[in-house]
Amino acid sequence: MSPFNPVWPVRSHRGYLAFVVHRVSGVGLAVFLPLHFLALGTAIGGEAALEGFLRWTDHPLVKLAETGLVLLLAAHLAGGLRLLALELLGWRDWQKSAVAVAAGFSLAAGLLFLLNLGL
Amino acid sequence: MPDERTLEVKVWRGGESGRFQAFAVPRRASQTVLDVVTWIQRHLDATLSYRYACRVGMCGSCAMTVNGKPRWTCRTHVDKVADGDTLTVAPLANLPVVKDLATDMAPFFDKWAKAEGRFVPADERPADFHTVPPGTRASRAANAGIECIGCGICYAACDIVRWNRDYLGPAALNRAWTLVNDVRDAGNDVRLAAVAGDAGCHACHSQEGCRTHCPKQINPTASIAGLKRATMVAAFKGRL
Ligand code: SF4
Ligand code: SF4
Ligand code: FES
Repeated sequence: MSPFNPVWPVRSHRGYLAFVVHRVSGVGLAVFLPLHFLALGTAIGGEAALEGFLRWTDHPLVKLAETGLVLLLAAHLAGGLRLLALELLGWRDWQKSAVAVAAGFSLAAGLLFLLNLGL
Repeated sequence: MPDERTLEVKVWRGGESGRFQAFAVPRRASQTVLDVVTWIQRHLDATLSYRYACRVGMCGSCAMTVNGKPRWTCRTHVDKVADGDTLTVAPLANLPVVKDLATDMAPFFDKWAKAEGRFVPADERPADFHTVPPGTRASRAANAGIECIGCGICYAACDIVRWNRDYLGPAALNRAWTLVNDVRDAGNDVRLAAVAGDAGCHACHSQEGCRTHCPKQINPTASIAGLKRATMVAAFKGRL
């Protein structure tokens, strides 16, 4: 860190925001993955164990966490699609809006999941 | 029309370590940041070091950090960037400081050489002028990046340069991409190998700091993406 150049002003643009969202959601998903395998592992321990676990997931707090998870997944997916579009398709001006579309898509997926909870 | 207001300008003094020194500069209409720095040097402190040449946005020598962002100071109006009546001027980031506002550009241009940014003529003694067919995909790609003035602003705005000092950086890679698309050039095998390494195009995270700050509206992110594709194709064909 330089004494005369703060790092944040040069980072205040959409591309950097997209990078942060992609990175944070990626790390979040990586942290969740062992839990996911743990849950699948309970199935090996018999139906009762899995049933118990599945009942635990009915807890509203867990439901909320699941919504967060879907958001993370959607954000990471959208970020990945954005990168693929940017880097593999070559640059077109419409891709400027790719960041916005990615954000909208992730939000929509999260909200959809929330709505489904009530059904 | 003279403006009665004064601008409070904080200017970096010293080398890598140093301090900001405050100056009061009269505010004028259509004043550029370079005007302000020059006024300080002519009227307040002749020992202030900085660099410029053309004053019209062609030479690329006047880039500095203005209120935290890298900018070409000769074409940056104070009105656009001043924070009220204050301005902070510092040397470009990611480069060694020589003194005050002047940075050592050698590492920046050394990387142009490392990226094989020099033209390698396919035909040493052409009988006639070479025709570059206009409107082709290659000539459009070369055109899009060719107006680079080598100011180093993208280099100062890039986080990957900040994190990996060996990273070739947006300007050198953009230069390499213009040559990859130059039909008169024959240096592509060597060039693609040079930009395919750890510190080359694949290190770029497509954060677009370069494209956001480039004063010439060049899009190095797109050029680097082009290099990513070209190196991938070359690798598949066994040419890397
Ligand atoms: S797009 Fe690549 S080269 Fe440009 S600032 Fe971002 S990381 Fe650096
Ligand atoms: S690409 Fe733009 S910001 Fe980078 S050196 Fe060239 S003109 Fe300057
Ligand atoms: S002085 Fe030449 S670009 Fe600013």
